[in-house]
Amino acid sequence: MLKTAPSRTTVLSPQKQVQVRKRWLTAALMVAPFVLIYLLFLIYPSLRVIQLSLTNADLTGVGRNVGLSNYTKLLREPTFYTALLGTLYFILLTVVPNTLVGLGLALLVMRLRRLRNVVLAAFFLPQVLPVSVVTSIWNWMLDSNFGLVNSVTGSTISWFQDPVWAMPAVALVTIWWTVGFNVLLFIAGLQNIAPDIYEAAALDGAAGWRMFRSITWPNLWPVTSLILLLQLIAQFKIFDQVYLLTGGGPFDKTLVLLLYSYREGFQQQHGGYASAIGVVLMVIILVVSGVQNRLLNRGER
Amino acid sequence: MTATPSPVLRTTKPPPTLSVRLSRMWGGVVTALTLLLAVVWFFPLYWAVITSVKPEADTITAPPTLWPKTFDASSYTYIFQNSPIVRWYVNSVLTTAIITVLVLLLSMLCAYALSQIDFRGRRWLFWLILAGFMIPFQASLIPLFIFINKLGLVNNFLGLILPQLAAPIAVVIYKQFFDQIPPELGDAARIDGASEWRVLFGIFLPLNWSITGALAIVTFIGAWNNFLWPFIVMNDTARLTIPVGITQVQSAYGVAYAKSMATAVTAAVPTILAYLLFQRRVTEGVMATAGLK
Repeated sequence: MLKTAPSRTTVLSPQKQVQVRKRWLTAALMVAPFVLIYLLFLIYPSLRVIQLSLTNADLTGVGRNVGLSNYTKLLREPTFYTALLGTLYFILLTVVPNTLVGLGLALLVMRLRRLRNVVLAAFFLPQVLPVSVVTSIWNWMLDSNFGLVNSVTGSTISWFQDPVWAMPAVALVTIWWTVGFNVLLFIAGLQNIAPDIYEAAALDGAAGWRMFRSITWPNLWPVTSLILLLQLIAQFKIFDQVYLLTGGGPFDKTLVLLLYSYREGFQQQHGGYASAIGVVLMVIILVVSGVQNRLLNRGER
Repeated sequence: MTATPSPVLRTTKPPPTLSVRLSRMWGGVVTALTLLLAVVWFFPLYWAVITSVKPEADTITAPPTLWPKTFDASSYTYIFQNSPIVRWYVNSVLTTAIITVLVLLLSMLCAYALSQIDFRGRRWLFWLILAGFMIPFQASLIPLFIFINKLGLVNNFLGLILPQLAAPIAVVIYKQFFDQIPPELGDAARIDGASEWRVLFGIFLPLNWSITGALAIVTFIGAWNNFLWPFIVMNDTARLTIPVGITQVQSAYGVAYAKSMATAVTAAVPTILAYLLFQRRVTEGVMATAGLK
């Protein structure tokens, strides 16, 4: 068979050697386009960001080596902590709430028979919108003077300009936008639970809350942990909604890490310093991904 | 089959007990609640569309009207005449189409070689690609921009497209798919003298249309909606993509919500249509990219 690898000890006939060379060439041609782009535009920048973070480069990439001074500056910079805490606050407001809402909606959708696809579409549709469409819709919904929410509730809060409400408002928009993804994954998880487990539990007299707690929830845990971690990674990278809705304001109350890096890099031309923030972000995300892989592999075993 | 009800069955059915009736009522309440939630969730979208067809003056009347008194398409004609929105649309359509086709093609080729051709270093290469999974491109935005700038590709569609082609997830999904195909299928053709290219395009490709379709639709939606990279790399107004472009005109309008919503609705139409037409494929694609399939 052609697929067996040539072992190094046997001497290959010239004919066989040609075959091996040809196979190698074909493989190289097939792999090259992707691998080249992958190395140039993903791997190279993520190695270079480390090197840049040790320089005082601007946006041209030319700078002097300054050792770890960007990092020591970072640790003494209050704005960095504002951005870090802002990111964590955003995560607190989105990750678990978004998971619980997703689970709740999935359980409700699963009960339906006839209208299931229509209802699911209503929850999933926001997910396919561009972020700028989402933010302009919610700017309109939450407009302090003419917005529907304030008209109906009689509230006068300027949601995205209010120091207390800005971050929760961004979180609310994010949940509305992205919960459909979680609903889909939860539905997949629910469908994977074998019906006979439910039947057995029903024979034992379980129903309602008890059924959920001892059958649904434990069987759903692998999917739940996957969803939690996927979101955790995604929300550390939060930028778009914040940039478009609040720009990080008011008074940096919605400043997050990536936005801080963007400001330092693209607005202040502090490429090296912005890269140091990028490295911090990358380390956090790699650690979280590592935990995710560990958990997922355990789930498969 | 006839649908005549069986009188025997009907008379022997016992009348529902109180607890059965209660649980049915409860079920009805929960269903109603579900439908209400779906309506609430969908409402902002409805509100955007309705606002976009109101005359501008009617958007700021109190109380807000759920149905326009007069339908008015002038916001749409205004934005089409007074902004480069058509231009941005064309930019988005072209770049999204190119990205989708190339992501699928490059990933399929790479995954096929990794899965079906035995060459030295393939295991090592696969691990390298798997590692790319975890790397957030957002963290290295600055060096990526510097690099693209050095290549002279800022404000160039190549600079917009190339980084979006590095999608290791598509390679991994394709490889998983190819790994499941019995090797005998390809070997039979190889013995008959078919090249690897023939085996891929003649045998493996026809087998993977479903996964290709799912990946295509998810890649299309993702590329159309991409904001951060186009926002960074394109700043010439004529070369923006639609998600970035509409943020410019909207801030230029000030408080002009009918026009603002008209741009939003226009920008959202392709992905909404794609979702409604290919709902099942979107679901499959989401599952695949999340690692559930």
